[in-house]
Amino acid sequence: MTLARLHSGLALLAQFTGEHNSLHPAGPQASGIEWLYWVVFWITFAAFVLVVAGFTRAAVRNRSSTSEMLPLVRDLEGDRRASWAVGTAVFITVLTLFAVLFMSIITGKKVEGLTSKNPVTIQITGHQWWWEAVYPNTQADQTITTANEIHVPVGKPVVILTNSADVIHSFWAPSVHGKRDLLPGYSSAFWIQIDKPGTYAGRCAEFCGLQHAHMGFSIVAEDQDTFQRWEAQQLKPAVEPNSSETVRGRQVFLTHACVMCHTIRGTDAGSRMGPDLTHVGSRRMIAAETLPNTPGALAAWIIDPQRSKPGNKMAPNLLNPGDLGALVTYLGTLQ
Amino acid sequence: MSQQVAVPESTREPILARTWRQPGGFWGWFQNVHHTAIGVRFMVTAFIFFLLGGVLAAIMRWQLATPEHGVIGPDLYNQIFTVHGSTMIFLFAVPMMFQGFGVYLVPLICGTRNIAFPRLNAFSYYVYLVGGLLLWAGLLLRTGADAGWFAYVPLSGPEFTPGKRSDFWAQMITFTEVSALGVAVSIATTILRYRAPGMTLNRMPLILWEKLVISMAVIFAMPAVMVVSYMLLMDRTINTQFFNPAVGGDVLLYQHLFWFFGHPEVYIIFLPGTAIASTVIPVFCRRHIFGYVPIVTSVVATGILGFGVWVHHMFATGLPQMSESFFTAATLMIVIPTAVQFYCWMATIWHGRLQLMLPMLWMFGFFFVFLIGGLSGVMLASVPLNWQVHDTFFVVAHFHYVLIGGALFPMFAGLYFWIPKITGRMMNTLLGKVHFWLFFAGFNITFFTMHFLGLRGMPRRVYTYGPEMHWEGLNLLASSGVLLMATGVIVFIVNFFHSKSRGRLAGPNPWGAGSLEWAVSSPPPAYNFLELPTVNGREPLWDALPNQPVVTGLRDDIPEVLVTNSLDSEPQHRDELPPASIWPFLAAIAVSVAFIWSIFSPWGVAYGAIPVAATLLGWLWPRGHSPSPRVPEEV
Amino acid sequence: MKQAGERPVLDVSGLPSVAFGRSNTSWLGNVFYMLIEGTMFALLFASYFYLRTRSSSWPPFQSPPYAVYGIANALLFAFSLIPARLAQRVAPSGDRQKIRLALLGLGAFAVANLVLRGFELTSLNCRWYENAYGSILWSLVGLHTGHLITELVETMSLAGVSFTRSMEGTRLADVAINSDYWYFVVVTAFLMDVIVYGTTRFL
Repeated sequence: MTLARLHSGLALLAQFTGEHNSLHPAGPQASGIEWLYWVVFWITFAAFVLVVAGFTRAAVRNRSSTSEMLPLVRDLEGDRRASWAVGTAVFITVLTLFAVLFMSIITGKKVEGLTSKNPVTIQITGHQWWWEAVYPNTQADQTITTANEIHVPVGKPVVILTNSADVIHSFWAPSVHGKRDLLPGYSSAFWIQIDKPGTYAGRCAEFCGLQHAHMGFSIVAEDQDTFQRWEAQQLKPAVEPNSSETVRGRQVFLTHACVMCHTIRGTDAGSRMGPDLTHVGSRRMIAAETLPNTPGALAAWIIDPQRSKPGNKMAPNLLNPGDLGALVTYLGTLQ
Repeated sequence: MSQQVAVPESTREPILARTWRQPGGFWGWFQNVHHTAIGVRFMVTAFIFFLLGGVLAAIMRWQLATPEHGVIGPDLYNQIFTVHGSTMIFLFAVPMMFQGFGVYLVPLICGTRNIAFPRLNAFSYYVYLVGGLLLWAGLLLRTGADAGWFAYVPLSGPEFTPGKRSDFWAQMITFTEVSALGVAVSIATTILRYRAPGMTLNRMPLILWEKLVISMAVIFAMPAVMVVSYMLLMDRTINTQFFNPAVGGDVLLYQHLFWFFGHPEVYIIFLPGTAIASTVIPVFCRRHIFGYVPIVTSVVATGILGFGVWVHHMFATGLPQMSESFFTAATLMIVIPTAVQFYCWMATIWHGRLQLMLPMLWMFGFFFVFLIGGLSGVMLASVPLNWQVHDTFFVVAHFHYVLIGGALFPMFAGLYFWIPKITGRMMNTLLGKVHFWLFFAGFNITFFTMHFLGLRGMPRRVYTYGPEMHWEGLNLLASSGVLLMATGVIVFIVNFFHSKSRGRLAGPNPWGAGSLEWAVSSPPPAYNFLELPTVNGREPLWDALPNQPVVTGLRDDIPEVLVTNSLDSEPQHRDELPPASIWPFLAAIAVSVAFIWSIFSPWGVAYGAIPVAATLLGWLWPRGHSPSPRVPEEV
Repeated sequence: MKQAGERPVLDVSGLPSVAFGRSNTSWLGNVFYMLIEGTMFALLFASYFYLRTRSSSWPPFQSPPYAVYGIANALLFAFSLIPARLAQRVAPSGDRQKIRLALLGLGAFAVANLVLRGFELTSLNCRWYENAYGSILWSLVGLHTGHLITELVETMSLAGVSFTRSMEGTRLADVAINSDYWYFVVVTAFLMDVIVYGTTRFL
């Protein structure tokens, strides 16, 4: 098997769902790390083969199959040669480690070295168990607030600012970049860039409690025009209800527990405990990428959020079918 | 010290046996302070915790075998992985590899009759046992610790884990660390003071070097985890604010302190494995180890460097790049001493006469598995790669390769090697081979697969995953390996009980090994050595002169041992060891009451201190005088 | 070991059965425990300075601890070295009366230190539950006070033994080792004072 075929075979084995793999990079950060991965992989693979070969050779060389107790051996000439061999092997090991260190540092610098003037800036705040994403602006009414679905322009550097509202989370989209912890009491910043349009999945990577497993997000990378259209759309206040059903839905929202935690801009609901729902209808998924944003899933989620995501902070809502239908329809219109 | 001709010694044996006899019966069990008994207890208890931790692992693999599997919910899953990790690290790996093997073997290999501070040593066993029971009682009462074996704040803190869950964990830490520290002091003192005359530092068997280095690592590392678990406990019980960012506390302080302990801990677990390797390999290659001095240097270097790499567990926290590069360099540097040891073992095999008996077979398993773990460790040392694979199943694979490779494979090698000494009977070879191949295959199926899961984005500590992630095939494969591993361990247990009663009698030295524990009968008598030996080389039995002198002049009617100096093991004075006693057990109970009480009320420490002080007084209060008054002398 | 009629032996019957100083096993054990506890103190000191970097002012919006009791206690600790050293010197002689006196003297100092420590605790000008500064300060003083109490109990126990005929052999060595431990308590007290009363003013 040639090296290249083996390489592609291994890549195939570490195979790929298209959007969620450290070895399928979508931007300069992840591809820089991927390059380093394969370099270090082949170095360690070579080391593995050499050491295993050495032990195998050593084992078969003087193997004795008798279980009798053999006399002791003393081989001064052999020990002298072994000293040279061990010395050489240690020397090569040290050189190899230096090579790994060097490549690691230059890759680190390259990955972190991205800058740009006026980048898109996104403030990510980790919550148990969802992601708040704010696109800050000096003017308050130009600030976008959304949850779990992050939109970025393709080919442009983006700054991610991190923070946590409760425990430690870790922001990780493997195809985009390595992970960065969100620590309460600390804020940090890092750059990402995505060069291929598409949707890239991410997850929380630091254990954060009961629903750590269901704390996903996605990064949607789209061309500049689409991104700007999305921005403009997100800046608008919520769509006004235009039918009796949606009016009733909004009424249900405002008169039930929903308002305790959620915001719909343009209404009286203004709590920041849970995700901002002003444009919830525009999102592909709900409950931090746990369920598809379909009327059925949304209704099931509202009635009993503890079923699909036990332990999460949203309480069950005992709504009658009419109210529930109206609420789901209303939320669906919030594009 | 004159050289004379020894008088026939056969009449001494009954006197020595009476002097060193440990009380029998139910209450006698709690009074035993002999190192062979306590060492075996550590090993048996730790092995039981290993089995329990393995059951938890199997439940987790069952849950993860298919997507959205409903075997257990998130609450129980979190408790299970927390207790699995805590059990394997604190209740199995260290107590087995350091305390168990160390307490049993060190005095024998030193050529002495008991461990230093035998009562402290017995006390350490009881507090360890109580700590383990405490953690498991929590789990069985469904209030098990659930914030991970590392219990990061603020998740484990008062706000996000109300109730007593994290407190059980934090106090379990205190128990096990008090135990490890007590044993470390006993072992280090034994090595530095009780070595047979002639066993100079330069001739000290490698296993003693490693136990000494590990003891020192325990002494400097364990205080960190005690400090941090106490900070956590105080934050939870008396409202201190160490980790509350709102009032000047800091969540990273916890991580720094925890990993300042946590990384040396890896070497505390792994160095005993290399100690077993350096002991077993020469025996089955029928030659002295190649590279004694480089190996000693490597072990000491590992022990020291282990304290300089803790930040590599925190690369994703966003520390300054300069400091991250420093810790990458330190982490890569620590590869060198391990590589040196590997090459020396390879040279020993190369220029020896290999006999692939059971312990050696497990050694080859160790080489293979640990090598993979070490190489994936090189990947993890690189900051950018670490950002990708940290906290994923890649890391799960990595540290199981390191810990199972570095501790469990050598442990089985060590068990197959020393069980004949402990029980007096050989283990069955065929069953041992079946055990090896089942375990080796199962292990690699389960854990090699996890590398790919990690690269494909599966984070650690998730109780389930959706089918849309396409992780199910690899997960099912990983789970299937558990069956092979479990079968292998069952074969081992069957082999043990079968061999214990029906195995071939081992005799004093079935392997033709060179260290002093093989000079005594199997199992060793209560006094270990009828005549304390002297030593003429690194492998005392191989290098002994035809008429190697023995030590005489120790009193037989009181439990006396010979104290030698640290460097040249020149005889210094005679030391009387305390007899069997119930007080270590009572003190352990008093300490346990105080610790557990303090979970529920801070006053537990104050009131609990009174019985602790009382039992310690009872422990240390002298009873009677020596048969003949001893004359103090400045030595 | 094989029985051998003609075997040369190393006769150790002439060696002493008690050793003072460094070759005593308990001395070594005591050193190890001082290393363990010294590491704990060092880690708390490190945590203190680490937490310092996380606050803009220090102490955060409160006055530093009132120093008079602390300074008085430091002086007392300094003088307590005299009975400690005395106990160490008379221990090898086996003179129970002198040992008793030295130990009771040391015990009296320990009691006085403890009383003054009580006053120190009332004048730290912070509470452990207010902020991280208060938590680390109280932990430092608390850890040291724990050592002080332990050492007091140990000294008084040895003083008790010195009233009996059991004060012989290794017990004499224990008296000397107890003084070593007292030195450790005094040194950590000085270091702690520098942190608690010094750095809170000048950092």
